Amino acid sequence: MTVDSVTIALVGSGGAGAMTAGQMLLDAAANVGWYGLMSRSTGPQIRGGEAAALVRLSPTPVHGPGDRFDIIIAFDWQNVERFAAELPLSDKSVIITDPSQGEVPAVLAASGAKQVELPIKELAGKIPGGRVNMVGLGAVAAIIGLPRAGIDAVIQKALGKKGDAAIQASNAGIDAGSKEVAGWNLGLELAAPNKDGATRWNISGNEAAGLGALKGGVKFCAAYPITPATEILEWLAPNLAKTGGKLVQAEDELASIAMCLGASFSGVPSITATAGPGLSLMTECIGLGVASETPVVIVDVQRGGPSTGIPTKSEQSDLNIAVYGLHGDAPHLVVGPTSIGDCLFTTQWAVHLAEALQTPAIVLSDQAMGQSRAIIDKPADAPYTAKRLLATDLGGEDKYKRYANTESGISPAAIPGMPGGEHTADGLEHAENALPSSQASDHQKQLDKRLRKLTSFDFGDAWADIEGEGEIAVVTWGSATGPAREAVRRLQAAGKKARLVAIRLISPVQPSKLAAALEGVTKVLVVEQTHGAQFHKFLRGHYDLPGEVSVFSRPGPLPIRAREVHETLLSLI
Amino acid sequence: MDTHLTEDVVGPMPHDYKSDVKPIWCPGCGDYSVLAGITRAMANMGLKRENTVVVSGIGCSSRIPAYTSVYGYHTVHGRSLPVAAGVKLARPELDVLIFGGDGDGFSIGGGHFLHACRRNVDMTYIVMDNQVYGMTKGQASPTTESDWCESKLTPEGPGVNPIQPVALALACGANFVARGFSNDPNEVARLIVAGVKHPGFSVIHILSPCVTFRPEQRNWKSTVHPYGREPTDDPNEAMRAVLEDDGFGLGIFLAGNRRPFQPASKDSHTIAQIEERFAV
Repeated sequence: MTVDSVTIALVGSGGAGAMTAGQMLLDAAANVGWYGLMSRSTGPQIRGGEAAALVRLSPTPVHGPGDRFDIIIAFDWQNVERFAAELPLSDKSVIITDPSQGEVPAVLAASGAKQVELPIKELAGKIPGGRVNMVGLGAVAAIIGLPRAGIDAVIQKALGKKGDAAIQASNAGIDAGSKEVAGWNLGLELAAPNKDGATRWNISGNEAAGLGALKGGVKFCAAYPITPATEILEWLAPNLAKTGGKLVQAEDELASIAMCLGASFSGVPSITATAGPGLSLMTECIGLGVASETPVVIVDVQRGGPSTGIPTKSEQSDLNIAVYGLHGDAPHLVVGPTSIGDCLFTTQWAVHLAEALQTPAIVLSDQAMGQSRAIIDKPADAPYTAKRLLATDLGGEDKYKRYANTESGISPAAIPGMPGGEHTADGLEHAENALPSSQASDHQKQLDKRLRKLTSFDFGDAWADIEGEGEIAVVTWGSATGPAREAVRRLQAAGKKARLVAIRLISPVQPSKLAAALEGVTKVLVVEQTHGAQFHKFLRGHYDLPGEVSVFSRPGPLPIRAREVHETLLSLI
Repeated sequence: MDTHLTEDVVGPMPHDYKSDVKPIWCPGCGDYSVLAGITRAMANMGLKRENTVVVSGIGCSSRIPAYTSVYGYHTVHGRSLPVAAGVKLARPELDVLIFGGDGDGFSIGGGHFLHACRRNVDMTYIVMDNQVYGMTKGQASPTTESDWCESKLTPEGPGVNPIQPVALALACGANFVARGFSNDPNEVARLIVAGVKHPGFSVIHILSPCVTFRPEQRNWKSTVHPYGREPTDDPNEAMRAVLEDDGFGLGIFLAGNRRPFQPASKDSHTIAQIEERFAV
């Protein structure tokens, strides 16, 4: 008897190595052919403090966190109450606890989960250089039936440089843990992997966004560190340099967006990454990008807000500032990846769109995608790269008009180095020839032009992920897509019909496309992770939603789980 | 048809770098002469118009890009320096100049000034200092005297000491620091040429009177004086001399030896090679 999905929390205060063990578990599972997802729960501490690696493994692709934890293994129980709410358990769950670390906290014990004791510290102590996290890894691996070969490869890769002693210590720890649980028979053996031979990737959302930038043709990044976006910038630093691009660390987000605009003005596709506080600082320059028609991509890895909020935990509450945060009438692009792997496609697409439409694009990722790592099928190559419409026939009789009022709204750009294209790009309202103008007719013409280039553009099918059929539809976006998708598939697996529409292109809105996607729908469930139901209000402001509309909206840090969406759907049917 | 300057036998003239846009400035504004100095400097160096980028923020002097015939970017208040750094870092072959005033550069853009000096990107910053916000009709700026009482916003005077831009530039690590006066466009042009030709970040502080809100600045022509020393390449020596200066000494204070900043870029890998590392 095997299970189709297993969800494991490895818990321990800083130094216990819970994150390392979780990472190795995910890597080992990938090696043997399972899919997986690992998210992190950490406090604000720089080092130390409470930490948990939250791992879900399955023979089929994993879309989001499990309904509840099947296994919690704790190296200690310090500060676990701070995130106990993120560890849902049931009486079918198993808590593996080290008797030397005291009682299982009441908040977890109350679930009725089965408690089993494993003397983790004692076992590690018997091994020269032994570490508790390796004992724990060995125990979990044995419980879920993870073949030892998968772990060996991970150990070799992680510790090869540290020498034989370190490898032996780790192996001894894994052996000790696995031996100890040999007779437990918990019934949590994971079904055999599906060996289809397809290439799998092990990637985080932040890495995927960085790779998307490269594949889109980005050659410049200005960076200012901020949780939980920093990994995009740190990943881009060496990889941009290796592909002929450049990254510079700026003094603040005001400077990072400004540098990106400067690089882009000179013709070089540019990106920066930030979180809500940084996006707030950038909004004036994003408006400059709109007015001066200078493309730029800003990845906002959302976290709990407002203000400093909860920097290490996920939320979708920057939707409003991303869509409405610019002063004046400032149409621009807002897109949201629908999964960790999709951070690649959506960022790449954003680079393409920003350059094609000569306007800023905000990519709304979030902590749950950015800082989580997934084992996924290798993403398909997408044909989207940066291609700006450049002016031709410069230096002729007619003086170049940077903001020519074309039918498409897209004006051919001249960039430095092109003789005859000299002009001053301007945040002041301007005439077609780029010279400042406060005339009503010029303002109207340029506002129309900047809107028209977005509304008349054909965004194709990528505007949303759509699946299923029937009269009930879940409409969602961003990282809420994963649990929503899983919930819809559960209904379908039970013989019921349901649709999923996950909107990738937030702005400009696509009313006729959504209307077509919801044709025949009588009930809509909107799913999002905000307190103020921002996405629902956004939909209400721009779309006609058919039939009876319900909303599942909750702020972070608790992730939305498939079970919750599924139960809500069942209550609506 | 536009003639492009590279082919000119006689070389470009200052008017080749002027656009036909009429400045918004008041009659008698110092910025007219600075603009004349800028176009003379450009002609003197024979800059290619298509390869020259001028960047500005917001304020009277920040209007200059549209008055030139090179590539320009008139950005938002205080952000000219990072925008310009983006241009130069992304396209090092371009000549990049920044124009702005004391409010744009030292108040709202003050943080960027500090970092532009220490970052030392090879570009030239020309700050027209009139010790007042002119575009918003006469408020105290970071270089206004603490007891200047002519602003409705601070009728008792700003009450805080002004900063000294040249000392600040030296303290923050600018590689070339000079001061000029708008009444002498030839000297302004000479300083700009020296600044553009000098590697790294060059700061050219230009006293440029506001005849509308600071009419007393007309007297600057009798206040300014030659700085009286040869340029040094030693920032310590330059700083000692600047601290003794009354803020009206003209000339080149520092022509330093710091290496300009440029991020590494190798172009050694294909994206396919990079993404291979994600494969399980």
